[in-house]
Amino acid sequence: MPRLVVVGNGMAGIRAIEEILARGGGDVFDITVFGDEPYGNYNRILLSNVLAGSDDPAEIYLNTLDWYSDNRIDLRAGVRVVRIDTFAHLVHANDGTSMPYDKLILATGSRSFFPPMTGLWADDKTLADGVFGFRTLDDTATMIAEAANRTKAVVIGGGLLGLEAARGLQSRGLTVDVVHAAPTLMNAQLDDLAGAILRKSVENIGISVHVEKITTEVVTEDGRLSSIVFSDGTSIECDMLVIAAGIRPNVGLAQRAGLTVERAIVTDDHMRSIDDDDVYVVGECAQHRGQVYGLVAPLFEQAKVLADHLTGTDLGSAYHGSRIATKLKVAGVDVASMGIKGPEHPDDEFVQYSEPRHGVYKTVVIRDGKLVGATLVGDVSKVSFLTQAFDTGLPLPDERVSLMFDIGTPDVAVGVSELADDAQVCNCNGVSKGALVACVRDGTTSVTGVMAKTKAGKGCGSCKELVGQVVAWAAEGAVTEDPSASWYVPGVPYDKPTLMGLIRDLQLHSVSSVFAALAPDGREDAGSKMALASLLEMMWADEFVDERDARFINDRVHANIQRDGTFSVVPQMKGGVTNVAQLRRIADVAEKYEVPMIKLTGGQRIDLLGIRKEDLPSVWADLDMPSGYAYGKSFRTVKTCVGSDFCRYGVGDSTALGIALEERYQGLASPAKMKLAVTGCPRNCAEALCKDLGVVAVDGGRWEIYVGGAAGAHIRKGDLLAIVDSAAEVMTLTGRFLQYYRENANWLERTYAFVPRVGIEKVRAVVVDDADGIAEQLDANMKKSVDAYRDPWQDGREPVTQGQFRTSLPLLPLPQVPVR
Amino acid sequence: MSELALGPVDEIPPGEGRTFAVDGEQIAVFRLRDGTLRAIDAICPHRGGPLADGLADDSVVVCPLHGHTFDMCTGAEAGGSGLSVRSFPVSAVDGVIRITHPGQ
Repeated sequence: MPRLVVVGNGMAGIRAIEEILARGGGDVFDITVFGDEPYGNYNRILLSNVLAGSDDPAEIYLNTLDWYSDNRIDLRAGVRVVRIDTFAHLVHANDGTSMPYDKLILATGSRSFFPPMTGLWADDKTLADGVFGFRTLDDTATMIAEAANRTKAVVIGGGLLGLEAARGLQSRGLTVDVVHAAPTLMNAQLDDLAGAILRKSVENIGISVHVEKITTEVVTEDGRLSSIVFSDGTSIECDMLVIAAGIRPNVGLAQRAGLTVERAIVTDDHMRSIDDDDVYVVGECAQHRGQVYGLVAPLFEQAKVLADHLTGTDLGSAYHGSRIATKLKVAGVDVASMGIKGPEHPDDEFVQYSEPRHGVYKTVVIRDGKLVGATLVGDVSKVSFLTQAFDTGLPLPDERVSLMFDIGTPDVAVGVSELADDAQVCNCNGVSKGALVACVRDGTTSVTGVMAKTKAGKGCGSCKELVGQVVAWAAEGAVTEDPSASWYVPGVPYDKPTLMGLIRDLQLHSVSSVFAALAPDGREDAGSKMALASLLEMMWADEFVDERDARFINDRVHANIQRDGTFSVVPQMKGGVTNVAQLRRIADVAEKYEVPMIKLTGGQRIDLLGIRKEDLPSVWADLDMPSGYAYGKSFRTVKTCVGSDFCRYGVGDSTALGIALEERYQGLASPAKMKLAVTGCPRNCAEALCKDLGVVAVDGGRWEIYVGGAAGAHIRKGDLLAIVDSAAEVMTLTGRFLQYYRENANWLERTYAFVPRVGIEKVRAVVVDDADGIAEQLDANMKKSVDAYRDPWQDGREPVTQGQFRTSLPLLPLPQVPVR
Repeated sequence: MSELALGPVDEIPPGEGRTFAVDGEQIAVFRLRDGTLRAIDAICPHRGGPLADGLADDSVVVCPLHGHTFDMCTGAEAGGSGLSVRSFPVSAVDGVIRITHPGQ
């Protein structure tokens, strides 16, 4: 059998062998492994845990000696290869033996780099007293043994390894200083700000940090380490010194064999030396396309390619370099970094967040819409999504800030692949990730199809984005683009602008006429009726033919259906202002109809819950107040604060403006509900910043208008649309914005989704600056709707359909909700 | 099995449903826009929603509480929930709703 010789018993060499064995290489080659260290193969990454005492040395072995014998691998532990003769295909070892090979793998790894300093070495091979490298199990074991006899340690090197050594020694009771030549800790991975924040966190746990210090001398007194001296003449006392100033690839063997070596041994895409087809190179000693990798992930990728090629399983297999993403805990601080540290091209997007006091720092670098770099310090909660986006080039959310933070919908942020199977995705209908995945596996690969089958996203709808992500993930990119996704309603195959154009051209005034003219085969669709009725009401106003069968029950009876089939009645209370007469009437009604619950709403009104359907007309008659529209996809209410009449801080009459707004825009049908607020000063007691449209009085008689805010299932601060000088301008811009939203939003798309989708700049251009020249038309359309307003509770006097208020549950004793 | 007259068809507006008490049970009868009738159990088996208050087309009705969708001919739920309601033969004879109900 041909012989495969592997030089290096570290993670790279053994990983390569494992990959070769996995491809049946054990039956093709006699395998011999030379290892410099007298041990089996161990996980070098965990040496810092061993130093810190959290792992026992025995726990970090990757392959036992049995593994070698089971796989008929001849392990020469503690035997160093000293010369390779590539012409004769021979390796010579330091025990005087030599061995022929057919294929050779060089996995010689790296060694600690010791910068030149006076007094560092006791002799040619021995470091001075108290001085250690930090690379091998032996290094670690002697450090641990020696730490017991020492009190003050200095670690040279503020990179990952140095900081881990510092933390390890500190946990063994030593005082530790870190000395770093560069100005920034971990400068290979972190920019200056991130490094500064990490430094603060490191110092907070009691490790002193000295940057921009070049150590020139190691001072030993009476054979014992006493201090180190810097190039600026200053010095630090210490009785232990760890050098973690980087690593250098072990390339001497390759160099002497005549192989091309630059920073490391130069390889082709098959991980072979460019000089010799029988010599493969893997791990830290390999240089591929100018890159030398010191992390484990690239090494694993290299090992696969090497094994593909060496065993002949796939001769075309090629390594194209690795995208480096790391996530680690450095001195107790979470750090993740991937790709580049900062922008490199003029049009790279760079998003940066820095909060030094809490030790949090985040950046992302985006090029051509793809994530090309990210750094997270202190808070790495977004790392799984970012890593996924970085590795696979996932499309990124338009709101770049959501790459860094969970905004409103925490679940969306967790990388979908990270979610547990039983994690609930749809909290309304209790649909788990597993159920969605199962649905996709059963063959439903469109988002709408999965939503229809599982009911996920059919409740409040706030999880739709996450459902889409889970489906995309489960379908592994093979998501069926559902053409109906762009339709305004599922039963009529047109998007909103096309649908509105056809309705206008064909003069379709009723829902049944829309189905007859535009639906396939003229078929009605129950799931489309409500949206079409709303659209037609918006478009035609007083010319709309209101077929009640196309209305949702709430809109048929102008009240909100409750879980027991009773209804809630909310009379209009403009701006949340009421009076004695209203309160008395409400109290009388509540008493007369034995209303089981009277509740104040978030919109500053009074809700009478548990009203029987058949009582609605008489309740309205007794109340003699207009409908508050607390049941519809419509303009709901304007929340206000006390304003300038009474409040000693108020700078604008928010109550009057709120009442005026509600008076003008009451009851408008819209794609989703519209909740407004007006607040009289920047203290914002009416919470105007998280409303569909919120108005804030500011000093000088001016008003700020915010749009697209939300504080329900989704949290979003509204975007500033405009600052205006008068209440009249607020009235105009409010009407124009609401009309623009009504005409352009998708069905059930709240302003918090609509505004970011369109972009606040575009909204402002249309609504405030009239860039499209449609402001006049929008105002006119809105006026038509306003003029068509009629209080729906008038229906109570003369029902519009037979049995409009007839109970649908005649035999159930109602109400079932307990009286409070 | 018995056939019962529930009342005039005009009690149900076109496209809507109304609930009738039949033999101590509640039946939702729908009058489709093409004039034909459908009859199913009035109560959604999911959480007791009033199906007669649901939006309907010529094949299904959608429960107003949680959106479960029932085929008015077969009574099967269309969303794969496994729920179902009973459906009953019903017709309009001389402007009167006549239903065949498996009661006494």
